[in-house]
Amino acid sequence: MCGCASDSEGASPKPAAPPSFLDGRRSFLGALLGVGSAFVGGLLSVPLVRFALFPLLRRTTELKSSLVGAVSEFSALTAPAMRTIQIEQVDGWRKTVSEKAVYVTTDEDGQFCVLTSVCPHLGCTVPWNKEKNQFICPCHGATFTKDGALISGPSLRGMDTLESSVQGGQLLVRFQYFRQLVSYKEVIG
Amino acid sequence: MAPPLIQSTQTDESNPSAPREPGVWGWLNRRTGLDSLLRTALYEPIPGGARFAYVFGSGLLFIFISQVITGVFLALYYVPSADHAHTTVAYITKSVTAGSFLRSLHAYGASAMVIVLLLHLSQTYLYGAYKGRRELLWLTGCLLFALILGMAFTGYLLPWDQRSYFATAVGTNAASEIPWIGESLKRMMRGGTEMGTLTISRFFVAHVFLIPACIFALVASHIFFFRRAGAAGPSTENPYAPAQKAELFYPRQVLMDLALTALLIMGLGLLCFFVPVQLGPPANPADAQYIPRPEWYYLPIFQWLKYWHGAASIVGILVIPTVLVLAVVVLPFLDRGVERRPWKRPVAMGAYAFVLFALVGLGLRSHYLDRHDAGVAQQLAKQRSEEEEFMRKPFEPELSSASLAAANVALADPLAAKGKTIFEAQSCNGCHGDGGVGTAAAPALVGIAAKLPPEQVAELFKHPTPKMTAGGMPPIDLPPDDLKALVAYVQSLK
Repeated sequence: MCGCASDSEGASPKPAAPPSFLDGRRSFLGALLGVGSAFVGGLLSVPLVRFALFPLLRRTTELKSSLVGAVSEFSALTAPAMRTIQIEQVDGWRKTVSEKAVYVTTDEDGQFCVLTSVCPHLGCTVPWNKEKNQFICPCHGATFTKDGALISGPSLRGMDTLESSVQGGQLLVRFQYFRQLVSYKEVIG
Repeated sequence: MAPPLIQSTQTDESNPSAPREPGVWGWLNRRTGLDSLLRTALYEPIPGGARFAYVFGSGLLFIFISQVITGVFLALYYVPSADHAHTTVAYITKSVTAGSFLRSLHAYGASAMVIVLLLHLSQTYLYGAYKGRRELLWLTGCLLFALILGMAFTGYLLPWDQRSYFATAVGTNAASEIPWIGESLKRMMRGGTEMGTLTISRFFVAHVFLIPACIFALVASHIFFFRRAGAAGPSTENPYAPAQKAELFYPRQVLMDLALTALLIMGLGLLCFFVPVQLGPPANPADAQYIPRPEWYYLPIFQWLKYWHGAASIVGILVIPTVLVLAVVVLPFLDRGVERRPWKRPVAMGAYAFVLFALVGLGLRSHYLDRHDAGVAQQLAKQRSEEEEFMRKPFEPELSSASLAAANVALADPLAAKGKTIFEAQSCNGCHGDGGVGTAAAPALVGIAAKLPPEQVAELFKHPTPKMTAGGMPPIDLPPDDLKALVAYVQSLK
């Protein structure tokens, strides 16, 4: 008696003995169904895989460039100009907007140089001291030139420059944080 | 007649002298008994042979599996809280690759499930396939029906848009109409008197953990009871002792079941691709204009409830539905005749036609009333256009609570706003961090208002304690107005 039919309490006439699934002669349809189902299953899993891999294939965390100001504002700089920029950080479906102070200076060639105000020593905000014509950190007294080069104090390197660009007459900057208490510049976020 | 299954099991598993099947397939079979498993699953005898009328059960199983898979994937991005639910669903719909497609598959899948469920139920009823020792098969089916409707109800709220919020508000309100326990039931579902973030949590847990667990268990029992009783076959068959020549489930019935599955895949795929499910603007509980409408499968109940008010409502809301549900549930216990042919069961067929016409009629009536009330039709059209407008807008990330914009809202006080510029000009943020969040060099100032009164803060600014001085805090020398502004700002930090 067939195993499945033995479960039923009815007594229907049994069909002919079913072939084994191991029987190669009868398994052509089975193989066809197996391959067909695998193909359709594979096709259906395409959107699932694309959905799951989205954060790997697209940028889901993003630091947007921040506007510092119009280039014309910085055409005749004699001292570093402080500007507060808005930093927009996108993280998946949320974003964080924060403010940070940066300094705009020009080097000998007249190229813009944007310095972060975060002290490379311990992260305090470094203000520009007009009287002494240098940056002086209020926390531990590190001093820097108007280009951010280290003069004295506990810091192991000069102030950090940020990636900046001019687009359509606007000065843009990508704000980043750098590792503190080291002599080299390493991005940490 | 040869007992092939038992014999093959013995050859495969327990008789070492039997010829061993070669290859990977043979090895796998000796280890797992896959062949006998497949035989048990696929060689189910169907009295009277395979028919397209029997395909709906497999169709339901297929949609259920599809719902489980798409649901698990949607949970990769979904967050069940009133703050984030709508944003994350908007993110899935507008940003994530294939997100709109998968969400549509899940949402339309729910409707497809209800349709195929009604077809499965109708087939069983019309064929009298609940007869002949199939009471538990029928009962588990009834429970599964209720659970599927529960899945549709709990899942509907999760996007937390206007449509889902108000539909669920109406749905939970309807529950409160039940005498005696209604109010408690409503509060139980909502997690309080009002709808809110606790409601989402409850619906999410029911939708993702509780109801699916029950469905898994009941589907297993349903299939077990089905196999135990055997396929009922055509309506001309005796429910206890089928006499017609049986055909095995494999291959013809399998092919017919697969035909429905292919139809479902094609239909749902095309629908989801060309008419993806919309998402409306986020739920706004204060919107008094919004006219909620349930999904199509709840429309008949929605319309029915409109007719019952006051003292009579106990009849319409409790007595009639309870009698109807009980009648359906106890059907195999009441209707014990062996007659299965529909044309010989006029009462059963009459009842079926009556309920079907009543449900369709109520649904159409609700639709008709909405279309012919100018005010309602206009508002519903407005709601639809608001949904379309929301869908056209690009995805806007949610502003995190740590954001500046959020902080600036707290600075509506001009004195505190002035204090903020002083805080930055004096480089207080140098050590205490932007927004006073604290750094390695100095402690956070956030929440100081709860610890110190403003006068004491001002005093500490002018004359820091020795401990503060040791930490590097200088005394602040500012004009009184500026000091007052600075204190106001520091006190506003949250």
